[in-house]
Amino acid sequence: MNIDRRQFFKVMAAGSAVAVGASPVQARPCKTLPPDAIGILYDANLCIGCKACEHACKDANDMPISGNGPIDQAHGVQGAWDGDDDLNGRTMNKIKAYVAEGSRTALEDPDASFIKRACMHCIDPDCVSACPVSALTKDTFTGIVSYNPDACIGCRYCQLACPFNIPKFQYDKTFPQIVKCQMCAPRIAEGEIPACCDACPTGASLFGRVEDLRVEGHRRLAMQPGERVEFPLNQLGGKTREAEAKKYLPHLYGETESGGTQYLMVAGVPFEELGMPPVGDESRARLSETLQHTLYKGMVAPGLLLGGLVYAAYQHTKEDREDHPEHETSLTDERDPKPESRDD
Amino acid sequence: MTEAFRPLGGKLLTRHFYFMGVLVLICGYFLVRRFVFGIGDVSHLSDGFPWGLWITYDVVTGTAIACGGYAMALLVYVFNRGQFHPMIRVALLTSVFGYTLAGASIVVDVGRYWQLYNVFLPQYINLNSVMLEVALCVTLYTLVLWIEFSPAILEAMKANRLLRFMRHILFFFIGVGILLPTMHQSSLGSLLLIAGYKVHDLWQTTIIPLLFLITAITMGYGIVVFESLYASVNLGRKLETPMLAKISAIIPWLLGAYLVLRIGDLFLTGNIRAIAEPGFEPWLFLVEIALFVFAIVTLADKYHRTRPTILFWSSLAVVLGGALYRFDAFMIAFDPGPGWHYFPSVGEMSITLGIVAFEIMAYLFFVKKTPIMATEH
Repeated sequence: MNIDRRQFFKVMAAGSAVAVGASPVQARPCKTLPPDAIGILYDANLCIGCKACEHACKDANDMPISGNGPIDQAHGVQGAWDGDDDLNGRTMNKIKAYVAEGSRTALEDPDASFIKRACMHCIDPDCVSACPVSALTKDTFTGIVSYNPDACIGCRYCQLACPFNIPKFQYDKTFPQIVKCQMCAPRIAEGEIPACCDACPTGASLFGRVEDLRVEGHRRLAMQPGERVEFPLNQLGGKTREAEAKKYLPHLYGETESGGTQYLMVAGVPFEELGMPPVGDESRARLSETLQHTLYKGMVAPGLLLGGLVYAAYQHTKEDREDHPEHETSLTDERDPKPESRDD
Repeated sequence: MTEAFRPLGGKLLTRHFYFMGVLVLICGYFLVRRFVFGIGDVSHLSDGFPWGLWITYDVVTGTAIACGGYAMALLVYVFNRGQFHPMIRVALLTSVFGYTLAGASIVVDVGRYWQLYNVFLPQYINLNSVMLEVALCVTLYTLVLWIEFSPAILEAMKANRLLRFMRHILFFFIGVGILLPTMHQSSLGSLLLIAGYKVHDLWQTTIIPLLFLITAITMGYGIVVFESLYASVNLGRKLETPMLAKISAIIPWLLGAYLVLRIGDLFLTGNIRAIAEPGFEPWLFLVEIALFVFAIVTLADKYHRTRPTILFWSSLAVVLGGALYRFDAFMIAFDPGPGWHYFPSVGEMSITLGIVAFEIMAYLFFVKKTPIMATEH
């Protein structure tokens, strides 16, 4: 193999990083949204829970349908009941129904709502910061957070780090992978839109540029309940349909959560009740990286410490370096002549 | 520092040794299942609790317990307390196995172990990742520990030429061997920073790296004292009480600093109010503090420090307190959200127990066959 100078320096840099364990990077400012970042706006008020998006997602990503053993057996079918109740190693996209306590079904509860769970594609993703081997990366232009199984070591630190509990792991497989929504990056590369938005019949999942989606989200929050309004279908700037606006709570979820996300949500029910976790407005990655890079800034502190430690060790091992033939193997000397002579 | 170290000799294949062997065999059975059918087959790990007993005990707690070598090296080579030199090899021995087996257990815990070397490849490494720092430091430190420990093996092999060479260069590795644990023991705490709200308020703090570092060093001294007493009784050696008394005198200072920082931080951030919340977490917190306070009170007294029984219980309290601190932060008080529960499975516990048993077997083998223990004068 031909090693050129640049490669040599890369290896050397990695070598010194190995030697000292961290990098000379400064505390960094908040990350901002790439100008052409794309995302999804989910409108819980428009969602009818048909799960067409789930089906399209599994299809587009080649994910197995999860069977419901007993029902499958009883009816002699397979995969007719895709019964998983949450995201998992087979499911990147999940529609869940939330019903207020006390009501048995969604029909009984006028405030029942659906919620769609998938990767939020954070602007400053904790998983990307956490991954030791860059298996999770954020695209500089689209902002999509994607996963590379060839890099992944399966340490599952991304699962611990994600405030939305999104990355899932195939615990049931011999050779497992991390599973999470990658916003159909291959489809987008071919000029298509994510499968879930493509399949949504009501416009509840809407694809577009994040900046435009934010505007669209705020337009919905300002709507008067009961008025007839145009809602775009599938993606911004395409087909539309007219529908009656329901009551929205004034919160565009994802605008600030965890430093902002590219997956935005509006709903008529508080997001805590829809099971969205209590994330703050700042990404934890920023805190963690800032602390780490302050301690190891320029590797000055560890470097100085190492110098001091090696010097101290050199000073205090003088006797070990003197050659006493009789000490070559301590099996030969019967008694230690001066046990505590040089102290205190 | 010219103590004579000698192999203890004696029978290796004792009843205890066979018992440990059985535990290792059970562990082997579950290991085979884990590698054939996947992690889910033997463990209760889940998407909510991606880290369980294996990380919490084998890595986070195990390496802290293995800090004896680090703590003693600090004492002997930095603070120039050469009088403790006779204890350095046995402390190093436990460190060598603690770290080597922590490294081995990573292979079991990590899902895509065949790609573990990616951590060393420049095109993959992520310098923002706390995990990267921990992985590189722990790997490197394990190598350094074997180098530091090599004189004992070389003496046993009577490889005199190599031994003389090692004596001349060892000071450098001793220096590196103190820097690396300082870095990764604190970073083990930093791992939790990014988990945010999932870590309970009583444990989630920006000074967590400092708290983990102090407790790791303290646990290092605690385990040196505990192990020395335990080994003296079980291997029929004279108690090293005067030396242990001096070592344990450091513990109250370290734990005192820890408590001031920990509790002071809780008040400053206002997180102390979590102590009044319902649930068992405040109790866990109080047990941690109580174990440490017990060790401080008993070990602060000069007379108490010379009594083996008190030394035994207070050093045990130090190790258990530090272990509980780590278990609480990583596992027990960890809450990823409603619907997730975790308790280690039989398979997970068997694998961890087997690793510990293997560690003890290796310890017995080495103290009996190689020059680890200093001669009694």
